[in-house]
Amino acid sequence: MNKLLRASLALALVAPFGALADTQAEIDALRHEIDAMRAAYEARLQALEQRLKASEAAAATPTAPALTATPAASTATNAPIAPSAAVAPVVASSSRGANAFNPSISLILSGLYTRTSRDPANYAISGFPLSTDAETGPGTRGFSLAESELGFAASIDPWLRGAASIALHPDDTVSVEEAYIQTTSLGNGFALKAGRFFSGIGYLNPQHAHTWDFVDNPLAYQALLGTQYGDDGVRLTWLAPIDQYLELGAEVGRGRSRSFPGSDSGRNGAGMAALTAHTGGDIGDSHSWRAGVSVLRAKANEQSLIATNAAGEQVTNSFTGSTRVWVADAVWKWAPNGNPTRTNFKLQAEYLRSTRSGSLVHDGGSLVHDGGNVDGAAADYRAVQSGWYLQGVYQLMPRWRVGLRTERLNPGTPDYGLNAESFAGSAFRPRKNTVMVDFNPSEFSRLRLQVAQDRSREGLADNQLFLQYQTSLGAHGAHSY
Amino acid sequence: MMIRNVLLAMIAAPLALCSFSANAALRVLACEPEWGALAQELGGSLVDVSVATNALQDPHQIQAKPSLIARARNADLVVCTGAELEIGWLPVLLQQSGNAKVQPGQPGNFAAADYVRKLDVPTQLDRSQGDVHAAGNPHIQTDPRAIAQVATALGTRLQQVDPAHASQYAQRQADFMQRWQQAIARWTAQAAPLKGVPVVSQHKAFVYLYDWLGLKEVAVLEPKPGVEPTAGHLQQVLTALKDVPVRMVLYAAYQDPRSSEWLSKNAGIAAVKMPFTVGGTDGAKDLFSLFDDTIARLLAAGEKR
Repeated sequence: MNKLLRASLALALVAPFGALADTQAEIDALRHEIDAMRAAYEARLQALEQRLKASEAAAATPTAPALTATPAASTATNAPIAPSAAVAPVVASSSRGANAFNPSISLILSGLYTRTSRDPANYAISGFPLSTDAETGPGTRGFSLAESELGFAASIDPWLRGAASIALHPDDTVSVEEAYIQTTSLGNGFALKAGRFFSGIGYLNPQHAHTWDFVDNPLAYQALLGTQYGDDGVRLTWLAPIDQYLELGAEVGRGRSRSFPGSDSGRNGAGMAALTAHTGGDIGDSHSWRAGVSVLRAKANEQSLIATNAAGEQVTNSFTGSTRVWVADAVWKWAPNGNPTRTNFKLQAEYLRSTRSGSLVHDGGSLVHDGGNVDGAAADYRAVQSGWYLQGVYQLMPRWRVGLRTERLNPGTPDYGLNAESFAGSAFRPRKNTVMVDFNPSEFSRLRLQVAQDRSREGLADNQLFLQYQTSLGAHGAHSY
Repeated sequence: MMIRNVLLAMIAAPLALCSFSANAALRVLACEPEWGALAQELGGSLVDVSVATNALQDPHQIQAKPSLIARARNADLVVCTGAELEIGWLPVLLQQSGNAKVQPGQPGNFAAADYVRKLDVPTQLDRSQGDVHAAGNPHIQTDPRAIAQVATALGTRLQQVDPAHASQYAQRQADFMQRWQQAIARWTAQAAPLKGVPVVSQHKAFVYLYDWLGLKEVAVLEPKPGVEPTAGHLQQVLTALKDVPVRMVLYAAYQDPRSSEWLSKNAGIAAVKMPFTVGGTDGAKDLFSLFDDTIARLLAAGEKR
């Protein structure tokens, strides 16, 4: 290394002067210069080596506490503990070479056994037209691989951090669930996120499936946000400089076709915009809470919606317009003295309200129209729909938790404009009740049994049973509240 | 309408709050009570210390709750144990804080375990071994000599992040170190009878204490670190103890005492509740009384037989 440095230095210095250095004096002068440089470099290298040695010594034998006559002796008597100790800091920092900078990698493996009394293939939520891309309902019957997820995260440089999670779906497809960069250095409570990420609206929306307390997301999320709203865009958050937690966020996004209630609009501008506000705090040592309000607005352009017409047939409509979804969320957690190890309780509720307005082109199926609107023509459409859920999860002893969830949807009375007679109004309100028990051998594994009665389809009760395992491999994930 | 209100709040709140932030003391957020107490010793009235957890909470299992995010947001210095003890919550806390000063690698981020020689460094990293920490056992605060090392580093760090008061920090540090070294000498002398005494621990939480006082850990109630003791494993420990004359079983204040109490009853040995950190027992009011109480409890249990 040293030789190479010298040689290259000499070469670099000599080469350009080669042609000019025709007198002996000049060559001598050059030689002296190089010698001087070499001496200077060697002195610096030696100084560096000495400093390195000194710091290594300091790391290996940390400043010996003054008044401890026994430490050496006691270390010696505790032979089983002592030996590996001194090596520690050195092993951790060196010897991993280029791999030391690899991002932390985690893998979520999950599997599911599903039993339903109704065929999930024709799952629908009565009164709620869903996108053809929507992943709703209990999925497939029998054994299946639940969503597995591969996560990467690391600091990019002193100013940015990056994270990606790649979802591996049971049908052998792969999708990018999240892939974003995030600032760590804006300061003053600001943080900027860019890329693909789950929107910060509500409580459950930003959470990954493996952190849910039930196998599935609530009906309100399925019906009004396509299970979970994720988009490509930018998110800015600001945390207020006060003792009370107050976080405000603003997002703009593309409005991807997979991001129900939005769909690609092909415009330069944003297809989605959202605002979020959350606050929270503690009540004594044992209680903590968070609550918030968010609103999301998404544009849809010729979005295919599966709906049921007045004749009870499944038809595909096309919606163009915009949707505004309000979400109010609240969560309260209890743990004796704030120590959740033995018992703890979590109560959470969210209310979602969606207003869609625009025009609907409808496929009339076999219905014959007497006047009014005809197939393929657009007509005004406006629907105000809402839903809520309330759930509680109680850890009754270490490793065991039980949970209850109840939920309702209100399809409202959509105004179909000229299409009105093709759709029959119904006062039916979908509802669902769910019970789950889970067993957590460690914080990295979970077995869950969930039983639900899902009355999403008018007049038909679907009894569902799920048996699920969920495990986390690799990097120790840190979960948000 | 509501959107407009939210926007107004976004603009108005920072303006309203600018006036408060001028002359305050250095705001320190300590992850655990012992580091809060140490920062208070070293900073006195120059610092405004808040502690993220209390002695009855398991520092491995804390959630990044809103109140903590708000406090991390406003901190000038975050003092934690490090060595992966807070890995389940601190990274999220710092990410969500939007506070550039306390991010890892910044002067405002202090990890105590970086300055201490760690014990129990696993030679093999595999979760089949339980909740092992790659960097070694993180419970360094049970040895006052380790606290002395951390105090030296923390004193220097306080001078670095608050250079205006550097001389005052240096003075407070010299004063603390003198009192602390005297106290260590006293504790070491008091605890002399404990040397070589065989003990059982509920969690591997006291290796530094044992290293200091020369206690011998002959068994651990948790079958693997972080895994709750099972009936089968407890039975095995009980059987193993027939050949070894153990005096006591130690558990930390934040732990469920039932397994230690079970062993105490069945093996006829003392179950000793250790304060583990400041506030863990009524006696452990500050760093000094933490060790006074620790030694007193150990001696009391050692003499019972």
